[in-house]
Amino acid sequence: MPTAMIDTSTVATHPLFGRLTLESFPYHEPIVVATFVAVVLGGIALVAALSYFRLWGYLWKEWFTTVDHKRIGIMYMVLGLIMLLRGFADAIMMRLQQAIAFGGSEGYLNAHHYDQIFTAHGVIMIFFVAMPFVTGLMNYVVPLQIGARDVSFPFLNNFSFWMTVGGAVLIMVSLFVGEFARTGWLAYPPLSNIAYSPETGVDYYIWALQIAGVGTTLSGINLICTIVKMRAPGMTMMKMPVFTWTSLCTNVLIVASFPILTATLVLLSLDRYVGTNFFTNDLGGSPMMYVNLIWIWGHPEVYILILPVFGIFSEVTSTFSGKKLFGYTSMVYATVVITILSYLVWLHHFFTMGSGASVNSFFGITTMIISIPTGAKIFNWLFTMYRGRIRYELPMMWTVAFMLTFVIGGMTGVLLAVPPADFVLHNSLFLIAHFHNVIIGGVLFGLFAGIYYWWPKAFGFRLEPFWGKVSFWCWVIGFYFAFMPLYVLGLMGVTRRLRVFEDPSLQIWFQIAAFGAVLIAAGIGAFLVQIAVSVWKRRELVDRTGDPWDGRTLEWATSSPPPDYNFAFTPMIHDNDAWWDMKKRGYKRPLGGFRAIHMPSNSGTGVILAGISVVLGFALVWYIWWLAAVSFVALLAAAIHHTFNYHRDFHIPADVVVRTENERTRLLSGQV
Amino acid sequence: MTMTTTLTAERSRAQQAPVFHVADEHAHPEGSSTMLGFWIYLMSDCLIFAVLFATYGVLGGNYAAGPAPKDLFDLPLVALNTAMLLFSSITYGFAMLAMEKGRVSQTQLWLAVTGLFGAAFLAIELYEFAHFIHLGATPQRSAFLSSFFTLVGTHGLHVTFGLVWLVTLMVQVNKRGLIPANRRRLMCLSLFWHFLDVIWIGVFTFVYLMGMLR
Repeated sequence: MPTAMIDTSTVATHPLFGRLTLESFPYHEPIVVATFVAVVLGGIALVAALSYFRLWGYLWKEWFTTVDHKRIGIMYMVLGLIMLLRGFADAIMMRLQQAIAFGGSEGYLNAHHYDQIFTAHGVIMIFFVAMPFVTGLMNYVVPLQIGARDVSFPFLNNFSFWMTVGGAVLIMVSLFVGEFARTGWLAYPPLSNIAYSPETGVDYYIWALQIAGVGTTLSGINLICTIVKMRAPGMTMMKMPVFTWTSLCTNVLIVASFPILTATLVLLSLDRYVGTNFFTNDLGGSPMMYVNLIWIWGHPEVYILILPVFGIFSEVTSTFSGKKLFGYTSMVYATVVITILSYLVWLHHFFTMGSGASVNSFFGITTMIISIPTGAKIFNWLFTMYRGRIRYELPMMWTVAFMLTFVIGGMTGVLLAVPPADFVLHNSLFLIAHFHNVIIGGVLFGLFAGIYYWWPKAFGFRLEPFWGKVSFWCWVIGFYFAFMPLYVLGLMGVTRRLRVFEDPSLQIWFQIAAFGAVLIAAGIGAFLVQIAVSVWKRRELVDRTGDPWDGRTLEWATSSPPPDYNFAFTPMIHDNDAWWDMKKRGYKRPLGGFRAIHMPSNSGTGVILAGISVVLGFALVWYIWWLAAVSFVALLAAAIHHTFNYHRDFHIPADVVVRTENERTRLLSGQV
Repeated sequence: MTMTTTLTAERSRAQQAPVFHVADEHAHPEGSSTMLGFWIYLMSDCLIFAVLFATYGVLGGNYAAGPAPKDLFDLPLVALNTAMLLFSSITYGFAMLAMEKGRVSQTQLWLAVTGLFGAAFLAIELYEFAHFIHLGATPQRSAFLSSFFTLVGTHGLHVTFGLVWLVTLMVQVNKRGLIPANRRRLMCLSLFWHFLDVIWIGVFTFVYLMGMLR
């Protein structure tokens, strides 16, 4: 790496440690130190427990190196859950700060720390909570729904997952070594440029997102190929389950938008590392260029999160209403229209930046048009429920909560789409309330619906409903307490990202919001308790049929959890609700004629490549050029080495299949 | 005989005894999704270039009182450069024809020629960059030069990775011959190589030719 190219005038760099010094460790921040101690103790306890129970080999062989889409899906969910705890810790710290920083009080967070917290909260919740959850569910469910044995590129799937983990690790490192960005979650220049953010924060941001972004893009390509190429015979496009459709559209969005984020962040890094002038204030640079580019990725991104969740609601609504989904075709077209329109609205994120009346009108109108297909979906779900035999199990409860909540968020969205209104509300807490309303009330509620719905498929037992209901009510009520006050505050003109307040009349609203956050904390706690209780009582909650909800799509045709090969025989599809059709027409599970099944082999290369990427990212953050060079060469060498391995598959012998299937026959007959 | 089979099949369909699984199944041929997947990857790469082209389009006129395209670009040199890359695409095509015929050494030969043309392209590009920097037209000088170096340099980086890949594949063909896996890999690199050609035609037209008209 030619150091001469780097603008080193601001920072002195050590040849061995770059700009990493003892001062880089935030030991003067008691909150960070306490967190660090807790994490270290927890980590030591975890490592000790895994060693004591001799689980390392098991984890490595069965999980870390697995190419099984089901296990990778579950690992994504675990990653999302862990990062949710981190992201929520940030959230509740902000709520507490804003509730007490009145009347001359500075609260308990200094500006330097507070600014990192709101940035980390946004970045983590979007990239490392919502994205892993959504990708995890798609990974788990899509191959099962289309009757496939795995994804198109199983090794790539493992690699994608570990790259996502790599990004998450780098963000977590920023908590204890150096600092995170203090720029807000999209790191707008000129603030994020080297002149105004010379520290490591923005560099952590850049490299964490770049590493995770590789994983996201590759996983998008993988799932598109899987859906296009691997569907069971008979499953034409218009016979695909709606969740598979929304997953397809989502992955198209991923592939068509994440490269834009990658390129934009490359330009920002060039500005920061090489001293180019893309987004600077002088020598012809244009910060507005960044804002445009980042939102050309950013707006499709929110649809990447919401579309799969729309698919989940569709599956849940029709299953728990005991009816075919109302308006399947219109649902598919609505999804496709949203996919396309999501590229034509990005400018509504910065109406106030002076693009002029006609441009603003265009983007205001396209934004409002999106509410039409979305509204069509809501009506489709309502008509599916109409005259159905509705069972209010947990997934259905979340779905109904979503419909009520999301409609409010949608309407405030249409309000913000009106440019003159946006001039008043831009950057206010009204906006914050709006997008939390759609992301929590939409994405998160949907993810919970999906988790409750597919949990029995993944683990063979249901989640215990009592604690689930506690969690549900805490979350839903907590959400309204936490965010409705922000609408009020926003309408009163309070802007986002403030640390202290002057006007004492505002305090009560922030206190109500903090109360809501505490309720949500209880909801998260109850969810964790629920998982623990359910694992404890798994024998009582067991489901041997593989079809606990009287499901309609193909994933319910196989056992719970499904065998490694998913289906002993590839199913033939005759109807949209393939499994429902099979049940109605007297499908008999085949009891003989099993054959050896061709499967992909595990590989440790994904873990290794992602590990090296984290080292590379860390080296770049800290200007440790020798380490960056070494790890880059190592990355290339490991990748090339991997391509020399031509033996990437094996056959599950027929007798193993026979044994597995006979066991299932035994369980099924025991049930009757 | 055939008649009866058809009739039986039709009758069974009519009698509503639907078939719900494939009894006599063959595994998906290995790598059957690879070409589609690689195409989609190329399109995502194309979007990276789209961003760089767009950035050049917006910032390319911001000279900040520094050098402009007319002061820098040497069209005959760029023409030579372009010729190198286009020739390399043709020779890659020859390599693929040889591969189709199963001729290992001929394939290797054309791949090597392709690599040489590619290396020549890179050498000329590096010479051009060094010349510009020597003149004081560095990437830091203006937004025009930032976006110029990034767009052209990103293309050059792709060619560099293509060369690394090419050498890797030559080693692999040498070790294992033109087995299906290697043919598939050569096809992917072929797509990649021609894709870089298409991008370069965009660069040549949009950056160099139109730059001279500015």
